[in-house]
Amino acid sequence: MRHAIIGAGPTGVVAAETLRAQDPEAEVVLLGDEPEPAYSRMAIPYLLAGRIDETGTYLRHTPDHFENLGIRCIQDRVSHVDTDSRRLSLQNGSELEFDRLLIASGSHPVKPPIIGLDQPAIHHCWTLQDARRIMQHAAAGSRVVLMGAGFIGSIIMEAMVQRKVKLTVVEMADRMVPRMMDQTAGNLIKRWCMERGVDVRTSTRISAIEPDSSGGTRYRLQTDPAGEIAADLVVVATGVRPAIGFLEGSAIETRQGVVVDDHLQTSVEGIYAAGDVCDGFDWNTGNRAIHAIQPVAAETGRLAALNMSGCNTVYSGSLAMNVLDSIGLISTSYGQWQGVDGGDAAQLLDESRYRYIKLQFDGERLIGAITLGLTQHVGVLRGLIQSRIKLGGWKPRLVSDPTRIMEAYLAGMHL
Amino acid sequence: MMRSLSIAPEKCTGCLQCEMACSYENEGVFNPAKSRIKVFVFEHEGRNVPYTCTQCADAWCKNACPTEAIQINAATGAKEINNGLCVGCKVCTIACPFGTVNYNHATGKVIKCDLCGGDPACAKACPTQAITYVDADWTGYGKMRGWAERTDNQSSAQV
Repeated sequence: MRHAIIGAGPTGVVAAETLRAQDPEAEVVLLGDEPEPAYSRMAIPYLLAGRIDETGTYLRHTPDHFENLGIRCIQDRVSHVDTDSRRLSLQNGSELEFDRLLIASGSHPVKPPIIGLDQPAIHHCWTLQDARRIMQHAAAGSRVVLMGAGFIGSIIMEAMVQRKVKLTVVEMADRMVPRMMDQTAGNLIKRWCMERGVDVRTSTRISAIEPDSSGGTRYRLQTDPAGEIAADLVVVATGVRPAIGFLEGSAIETRQGVVVDDHLQTSVEGIYAAGDVCDGFDWNTGNRAIHAIQPVAAETGRLAALNMSGCNTVYSGSLAMNVLDSIGLISTSYGQWQGVDGGDAAQLLDESRYRYIKLQFDGERLIGAITLGLTQHVGVLRGLIQSRIKLGGWKPRLVSDPTRIMEAYLAGMHL
Repeated sequence: MMRSLSIAPEKCTGCLQCEMACSYENEGVFNPAKSRIKVFVFEHEGRNVPYTCTQCADAWCKNACPTEAIQINAATGAKEINNGLCVGCKVCTIACPFGTVNYNHATGKVIKCDLCGGDPACAKACPTQAITYVDADWTGYGKMRGWAERTDNQSSAQV
């Protein structure tokens, strides 16, 4: 039995290790297309901030970890999947047969339709190679423009501030981190960043990047409505989308990502998908969803591997959850933080201290939350949501004081 | 036989000796705010509930960590933070459904109960035996583990 895994990120690595643990006899092949040891993109902000070196981003630290587990690593890109002959075509011209396949190819950064993106010192912040280029250009005093104030843009601000660059953040939406924060929280994060010297422009669109003919900086960015913005380095962080290009022409069904069933199996038997690339289910709603986040990467990698090894395991959907550190202000969001029709919400807001907690209920159950400035016991929000505790008498108590989430959880456990 | 912390909330008087001991053992200061164990007060019911990491078998924190910074102590079974590998990304703090991994601003790392290497200061300090360190089978955390198993998703893979 040969298991092939496309993608050596956290999903692929967890899957390979799980397959090995489940079946010591099986052949496990892990394919990654970057010329690096398996590493975590989650660690890149800390590399940029100089808090770790490159080895600190590695997913595994034991020398010869994969070799010792008998996991064969191939550094090449898969160009085609033939589901009939069950064969992968690799970019170097060779082929690899498989019995079972896991697609864990992750995401690619989205390139916005802006004139002039294909120039030097304009980089995504996605790979280790991107990080090296950003570090090369983000010198003290240089002008850096972050295009996009989503998760990635917001989490690398601290590194940029530490590098003493002059930082401008340009975001099309009306607030920062619009896909994980509501208006209140997004605006507070913006104010926090502005107070720390970052020029944040929301509801602003970049239309073109042109050379700076005056020679003062490398580029002039044309924006609406902020006018011209100077830049020596532009970091493009305008979102990611599943890396499914190599599946074109294969029998594997794709929509936004690779469509999977409740066992993470694709439309082709014996072929599974997990992590960022997987078009799975939202745990709250049961609707199709792609949750490109670390906990889901690891969880689905493990579940898919269990199913591949013949251990029937149901995938009940992924819970959206995020934690973000924007120059020291920590925010989280969970599940249906936007609320649902017929539901209700409770919140506590202290704008001067940058404290905010908003809970979303559907009847007696917590279904989502947003926090700002909370670092103690925040995970219990997941416990409250995912154990579907009926809050009973604790709901009115949470409505009057939303910070008592731990007490509500402990009471729910009858401890 | 692995040992675990066992909590008997009905015996807890809310004296906070456990928090003080934990803080002193791990941070070198008597400051309950720095404790890894926390006593939650239920005024309506007149109850106090000490609470910390159950060292759960699922190890949600460990599974979620992208840099292998949460490791199992083979002697105690505790899930411990390796500060050299922790980058401070905080993913474990949102992944742990018990809310027992916390971010420490001062160090830029996360902190959680590590059973003090097998001799937990909180249990030694508790004057009423509300917190004891006993054979794992006896732990009052069984309930909590049961609850963990009811938490969908990851646990559905427990086979």
